Amino acid sequence: MEGSLNMIGLGLAAIGPGVGIGLIFAAYIAGVARQPEAQSRLQTIAILGFVLAEALFIISVALAFVLPI
Amino acid sequence: MTTEGRTVLAEFHPPGPSSFELPPIFTIAGVEFTKPMVLVILSGFIVVGLTYAFARRAAVVPGRMQFAGEYAYNFVRNNIARDNIGSEHYMKYVPYLFALFMFILVNNYYGVIPFIQFPSFARIGFVVALAAITWVVYNTVGIAKHGFVGYLKHETVPGGIKGPILLLLVPLEFFSNILIRPITLTLRLFGNMFAGHLLLILFATGGAYLLLDSGNALYGVVGVLSFVLGIAVSFLELLVMFLQAYVFTLLTAMYIGEAIADEH
Repeated sequence: MEGSLNMIGLGLAAIGPGVGIGLIFAAYIAGVARQPEAQSRLQTIAILGFVLAEALFIISVALAFVLPI
Repeated sequence: MTTEGRTVLAEFHPPGPSSFELPPIFTIAGVEFTKPMVLVILSGFIVVGLTYAFARRAAVVPGRMQFAGEYAYNFVRNNIARDNIGSEHYMKYVPYLFALFMFILVNNYYGVIPFIQFPSFARIGFVVALAAITWVVYNTVGIAKHGFVGYLKHETVPGGIKGPILLLLVPLEFFSNILIRPITLTLRLFGNMFAGHLLLILFATGGAYLLLDSGNALYGVVGVLSFVLGIAVSFLELLVMFLQAYVFTLLTAMYIGEAIADEH
């Protein structure tokens, strides 16, 4: 077996943001279901939260390829 | 390589960061032009041409082109600029935001256009330049509004907090608002394009290898599955590419809006 241990770390690093993004969109869906007219306001906030949570994973993607094994 | 009668025709080379280092296509005056460089220059002409085509025959009842253009423009102006900068000063920043949105959108969609198939922002240098422009813009408008010291105070001192806790908060806010913002902007756009394209290369080359070169019929079935997954990921990429253009523009608008906000 060949490969870099970084990739295992990358997989582990995906867990946290994955859970976080799930929670963000769960809250967004619940909010829109309760109050459909608030959708446009909630959408901006939800996508903002999504990109902030995703940034953590994206940083680890960059580091996984940049750092040596 | 031969193992126990089975012949493996070729080694599989998984794609990596080296898949993005393309050889130069041509050289002008000692400058080597690679494919992403040509694509970025081309995208400038595409954006200008598209917006010219949108606006060429402006009519009260819009045609197809004009409708598409107005839809994109309205989206940037109302949903991104006005909601985040505020309804008083937002018009001044709409040209920059709209140009930014169209530029990133065209460059991202290069990744799924047949025969081009290279999102130019999967090379980090281009994204660094874009994030640097945004950084200069939001800091400049902030300094122009509040003055240099006033702007630093506005960005780094959170309202309603007094006492020694400021010693901790001010460096932290300075770090996150001034230093880290361009880095995360860069890494987000670059990382998404890089990872998405890497995934597409992996499914395509892996599928081709399993189907043609592995020399095992059962592997071929997995190869077909790999192609199907590659198509599914392409559709996901379509969404991600739009979302990243939206997010980059949205964050730029938010940073500008925050920089020129009045004291609260």
